Amino acid sequence: MSTLPLRIERLSLTYGRSTAVEDVSLTAEAGRVHALLGPNGAGKSSTIACAAGLRSPRSGTIRIFGHDPRTDHARTAECAGVMLQDGGLPMSARPLAVLRHLARLYEDPVDVDALAERLGITSFASRSIRRLSGGQRQRVGLAAALVGRPRLVFLDEPTAGLDPQARLAVDEVIAEQRDAGTALVLTTHDMADAERLADVVTVVDHGRVIAHGTVSELTGAEDVLAPGRTATIVLEDDAPEAVLMTLAGEGIVHVDGAVVTIDCAPGVESLHRITGVLAEHRVAVRSIEFRGKSLGDVFLELTGRSLR
Amino acid sequence: MRADVRRVLAQTRFETVTVLRNGEQLLLALILPLIILVGLGTTDVLASVGSLPAGASQIQVATAGVLGVAVASIAFTGQGIQTAFDRRYGVLRQLATTPLGAGGIIWGKLGAVLAVLVVQVVLLATTAVVLGLDTAPVSIAGTVLALLAGAAALVSWGVLMAGTLRPEATLAVANLLWVLMASVGGLLFPREGLWGEIAGLTPPGALGDALRSAIVDGTVAWIPLLVLLVWAGVGSVLARRWFSFD
Repeated sequence: MSTLPLRIERLSLTYGRSTAVEDVSLTAEAGRVHALLGPNGAGKSSTIACAAGLRSPRSGTIRIFGHDPRTDHARTAECAGVMLQDGGLPMSARPLAVLRHLARLYEDPVDVDALAERLGITSFASRSIRRLSGGQRQRVGLAAALVGRPRLVFLDEPTAGLDPQARLAVDEVIAEQRDAGTALVLTTHDMADAERLADVVTVVDHGRVIAHGTVSELTGAEDVLAPGRTATIVLEDDAPEAVLMTLAGEGIVHVDGAVVTIDCAPGVESLHRITGVLAEHRVAVRSIEFRGKSLGDVFLELTGRSLR
Repeated sequence: MRADVRRVLAQTRFETVTVLRNGEQLLLALILPLIILVGLGTTDVLASVGSLPAGASQIQVATAGVLGVAVASIAFTGQGIQTAFDRRYGVLRQLATTPLGAGGIIWGKLGAVLAVLVVQVVLLATTAVVLGLDTAPVSIAGTVLALLAGAAALVSWGVLMAGTLRPEATLAVANLLWVLMASVGGLLFPREGLWGEIAGLTPPGALGDALRSAIVDGTVAWIPLLVLLVWAGVGSVLARRWFSFD
């Protein structure tokens, strides 16, 4: 277990009297993307700050490839790259100068020019950081996290403010890193990002872990008849009157012309009865689609809908 | 070369280049001291305000004061403002996540201060010689010790200020104190009497006294050096305790 890229056990962090993180445990594995989700102020960035050695926790254990980031900083920093939410880039410098400087701080950095080309930084390399757009700074920040050839990467809001093209490029880079065996821990408010990128999701709120699992586990996608999922049956023609009368008795069916939507919660028997009715009346079915809750739905169920 | 030393040297180089490419920093660290040197070295301002000790050469006194101003410019005001805005934009936190670490950042900043100080001393000393500075009586050891002790004292308080105040407050306070240190703080204009005694216990007053002793009298002024080292020690302890990277 000690060689896990990241192992956090029972982490707690306070700012004065305010508790930012309380009893948080999580791990990150090689070749996996771990999304840390939560509302603003939930403790995501604080958790990453502790893991990156920027904050001293009140209690708990953090190990990066078996080493403590507070007491063995040079060793853990050598294998962990960090993209900060607030950029962390000197405003008067140019992107390539910053990246080349950061590369000099590592033992085995990547080729800066190739990394800059991969992230489309070369096209604005002649401008100072101050003159870059938010999305361009995000890309330089991502490059800063990757320049040391890390085996563990923390990405705090990596896609915030990115246009679709840049978002695609960042998605690809994250996938490349994962495929190369890097462990990635990312925080995001974009549930679609998390759903698309993450292998494992941890939801935190008020500093505590309130849910953990794969996206499929959290959304119930592995059980097609789980509560909250629906089956949509598209018929070749509008449902005949006799079928409508029978389906109305089920009380869990909504019919709109040729589209029959079924709440799966009552279970497989109900679904069998409905398909049986359709077969009995020789109603041709064009398609059947099962649709579950999105990660965003699950997130709102867990953390509530009220503003903080 | 050890990896940590190599990283600190890389950080020193980056910070030095950043300062020397920054227009405001250049103005503060090089242009203003140069203008003051030429002004005080070629006019009778020092004598007219009663800051030219009897028998002392005008250019010797001006050079001593301007070297003190140069130290205050880069070690206190310049580095304070730079560090404050680095802090605002998360630069310090980003660097702290690299193998350089928090300690390496501070050493890199000290290295950059010393590197720029060398450039300042070469430029200002050369100009002073052109303006008639007599190098024969100058105590090189006294001058170097004063510059180093002054830089240590002022950079520790500059970093403490940058690590505890907002950048806008640091900008205002650092510039205001630069003016006060240069004018009434004892850097440029030596004072007699009670005010001189009090100023001699502050970093600018002690630095001014130490540099004048070395450049005008040719002696090492141990008491002002001790005062500077005490300020450096206290500033370092407080900075270590209160400096915040974010």
